[in-house]
Amino acid sequence: MSKLTDAFKNQKAFIPFVAANDPDFDGTVNNVVALAQGGADIVELGIPFSDPIADGPVIQAADLRALKDDPDLPMDTIFDMVKAVRKQTDVPLVFLTYLNIVFRYGYEAFTARCEGLGIEGLVIPDMPLEERNELEPIAEKHHVDLIPLVTPISGDRIEKIAASATGFIYVVSSLGVTGERSEFANGLTDLVNRIRKVTDVPTAIGFGIHTTEQATEMAQIADGAIVGSACVNIVAEYGRQAPAKLTDYTKQMKAAVNANPVR
Amino acid sequence: MTELNLKLNKNTSGRYGEYGGQYIPETLMNELDRMAKAYEHYKNDPEFKTELHDLLVDYANRPSLLYYAERMTKDLGGAQIYLKREDLNHTGAHKINNVIGQALLAKHMGKTRLIAETGAGQHGVATATIAAYFGMECEIFMGKKDTDRQKLNVYRMELLGAKVHPVTSGSMVLKDAINAALQDWTKRVDDTFYLMGSATGPHPYPLMVRDFQSVISQESKQQLKEKTGKLPDMVVACVGGGSNAIGSFANYIDEPSVQLVGAEAAGKGVETDLTAATVERGSDGIFHGMKSMFLQNKTGQIIPVYSISAGLDYPGVGPEHAYLAKTGRAKYVGITDDEAVQAFEYIAKTEGIVAAIESCHAVAYVEKIAPKMRKDQIIVCTLSGRGDKDVASIAKYRGVDIDE
Ligand SMILES: Cc1ncc(COP(=O)(O)O)c(C=O)c1O
Repeated sequence: MSKLTDAFKNQKAFIPFVAANDPDFDGTVNNVVALAQGGADIVELGIPFSDPIADGPVIQAADLRALKDDPDLPMDTIFDMVKAVRKQTDVPLVFLTYLNIVFRYGYEAFTARCEGLGIEGLVIPDMPLEERNELEPIAEKHHVDLIPLVTPISGDRIEKIAASATGFIYVVSSLGVTGERSEFANGLTDLVNRIRKVTDVPTAIGFGIHTTEQATEMAQIADGAIVGSACVNIVAEYGRQAPAKLTDYTKQMKAAVNANPVR
Repeated sequence: MTELNLKLNKNTSGRYGEYGGQYIPETLMNELDRMAKAYEHYKNDPEFKTELHDLLVDYANRPSLLYYAERMTKDLGGAQIYLKREDLNHTGAHKINNVIGQALLAKHMGKTRLIAETGAGQHGVATATIAAYFGMECEIFMGKKDTDRQKLNVYRMELLGAKVHPVTSGSMVLKDAINAALQDWTKRVDDTFYLMGSATGPHPYPLMVRDFQSVISQESKQQLKEKTGKLPDMVVACVGGGSNAIGSFANYIDEPSVQLVGAEAAGKGVETDLTAATVERGSDGIFHGMKSMFLQNKTGQIIPVYSISAGLDYPGVGPEHAYLAKTGRAKYVGITDDEAVQAFEYIAKTEGIVAAIESCHAVAYVEKIAPKMRKDQIIVCTLSGRGDKDVASIAKYRGVDIDE
């Protein structure tokens, strides 16, 4: 079974995100290790892209910082970061990036390196179901899960996407959450239930979660919670001091996803 | 004018060889699917086609002239040169052909709000124009650097009732405006139609934009036949994202005797870092919803581009152009800033036409190639827009200080 799917076994998963090379090589390694030490079940490492069209301002800014001093930052340098991480932790890792980065490296070469370094999955926001087939067989061969995204407006695509998913399913909570929490949560529950009818592959909700209360609430609906911008904000604010903060934050969030909700 | 044939393009798959596709976030997939289906439906709908026809004729001032450039022909001493005068359209460029088509589709889909990206402001102005005509809400995304550089067009859009959002993310230019427009659309697809400005982006945009712009070559083919009884030997058009070029080529792609040439912006030179010559300098990639050719670094980061022409400085090209380049059906040549500015002055002095600096990239190529061709050969060159907007910046390029 996929190591990613395993991470959800008997518990709710907490999945934090940081961007590679933000602030630099060593900072990245330390941040990922710190998240693992805090109890992260999977760590998502963002490969910075010049034009992250699916990301909000916080992660956009992280990508810009990551590429500021070295716009040509080679993919091999990022693989080297993972190599350094792997000396300290075997936490399951996934990359979040845009398809062009993978395409340019070569699908075969990229997924082969992922396999060698224990990158278990790829989250690629600009690769919808219809465009998976060029990468899917190659990724499968190298045991790399392609994590699909499902959104509250995926409609009748939900079942199709879920049916072919491996690893876990990334459930995108709508961006327009302000003031509509209960309504929004109802929609997500339906969404996750529809997925569960089709597959046993676990679900994790991401986009917009930052507080422990939200983490608890989301973990009631799905099998885990993904937190990006909040972690990136910690990195942006604390720089070299970020790892200790990331460990603390992860501990709290990990406890929150497994807590019973206060009613 | 005969009705526009929207079914010229038999391939409606959204793939041009390996290029094209829909590399776009899941949030937009249902909407793109709805759009593609709606387009397939309405392009067969007599009422839609009549409305489109009437707007092209009565609002956009079509057909545009196919003008025999006798002085240029004589001066260059080779092939006969015909200019397809898209500069004479309402709003002064070919952009109106596309916005009329897409806005009409939006209206039939029940949308009430149009959003669009713009670089220099040409497509933004065209979109704001059609939004005003249809009484639709309109918001334009424009890089902060461009809103600063193109204050007049910003005001023009506002005058037409549009709201202009200066985009401060990334490098604050056209590609960032597209990113922002896509993001805005992600948040609000219900009532909103994203009106894409070139033959770029995910399917069905390259297909629709090509069909709507194919009015250029549908007319030119017929007009040239009436005038000379012949097909052209060569068709030349400038290429930014590639909408006027694909429209200029469309009706000739299946005529093997017609050479197709796209003039790209080489900026300071194809070999320099200050260029926008995507086909010559770029490589295959996946960006803005399409697999195509892009200017990018080894890792796959999209790199900054440069051209004197704001309408041509896009780091990619539409997928059908990538395909035409790859198969050798069309040829793409880089024209430098210097060559384009010289052509701007040349066509003004010889023909009395102030053409857009974008279009002058095509004119510059005609100046090079016409003398090498026989006198019985014919070139059709598309003048995609008029050049009033460029006069001040050309003066500046020449070191002339103009009081505004
Ligand atoms: C007059 C004119 N010509 C050409 C272009 C380039 O666009 P495309 O390659 O899509 O025709 C523009 C874009 O703004 C333009 O304004």
